Amino acid sequence: MTAYEARIEVGHRPGILDPQGGVIERALPALGYANVSHVRVGKSIRLAVEAPDEASARVQVEEMCKKLLANPVIEDFTVEIL
Amino acid sequence: MTTVGVVMFPGTNCEQDVAWAVKVLGGEPEMLWHADRTVGAADAVVIAGGFAHGDYLRTGAIARFSPVMEAVADFARGGGPVVGICNGFQILCEAGLLAGALQKNAGLKFRCETVDLRVETTSTVLTRKAQRGQILRIPINHFEGNFVCDERTLKGLQTNDQIVLRYVENPNGSLDDIAGICNEGRNVVGLMPHPERASEAILGSTDGAVLLSSLL
Repeated sequence: MTAYEARIEVGHRPGILDPQGGVIERALPALGYANVSHVRVGKSIRLAVEAPDEASARVQVEEMCKKLLANPVIEDFTVEIL
Repeated sequence: MTTVGVVMFPGTNCEQDVAWAVKVLGGEPEMLWHADRTVGAADAVVIAGGFAHGDYLRTGAIARFSPVMEAVADFARGGGPVVGICNGFQILCEAGLLAGALQKNAGLKFRCETVDLRVETTSTVLTRKAQRGQILRIPINHFEGNFVCDERTLKGLQTNDQIVLRYVENPNGSLDDIAGICNEGRNVVGLMPHPERASEAILGSTDGAVLLSSLL
């Protein structure tokens, strides 16, 4: 068994309103960044999981995302094994 | 006398208000702690508002794993009336007892005000004593009350008459002005407004009484 570190990014599904992203997008031009668009705010979750190999670690983390870490109605997720 | 189980999680803060309103309206409240594996002698269950488990991760996400929720789900499957108010609505959605999800209010404002609601169906455990089209003035108090679901789910809610309450003026960006929905069995209802805060004249409105008395 090896401890694999995973980085999970949970974000809004396309079409789901992201009011925080909108506010940030409207604030950035005030600093001179008028060239910014598509700002989206999500969350990043880090965890370590003991597993026999990387593939199995990934499968388990993806299950955790589906069952708890993300709500499939409004959120999607990406899993990175570091 | 009807016994209404009032579910409390760590962080729930409207349970006393719900229990008081139930008592004033002639019911018998029974507090249910989240770690209990039973709904006790309840004839109906209300999941009160607040911030269950601190709203960590997402509103309602952790509360759904509390032991009492299994008992609530069993009770609901058996046809028992279950109502989730505000955070309780969010918990019922996370638990899969109601469709959709509640996301942050459009405009990022915490909305705390009394709003007008329209009763859209009287064929639910919460609205059976109300009248279709009736306007109720009831307070809202939330940051995440913006109901959302996919198009197919929305069509289903509309077709099956599962939209229970609509905002007359949408305060939070909620899809189709939805303030409350029910399940297909019509015995599980979730709503963002707080009827318990509009159940006595001293509170400024008694319009919530018709909803809570529908449970009794």
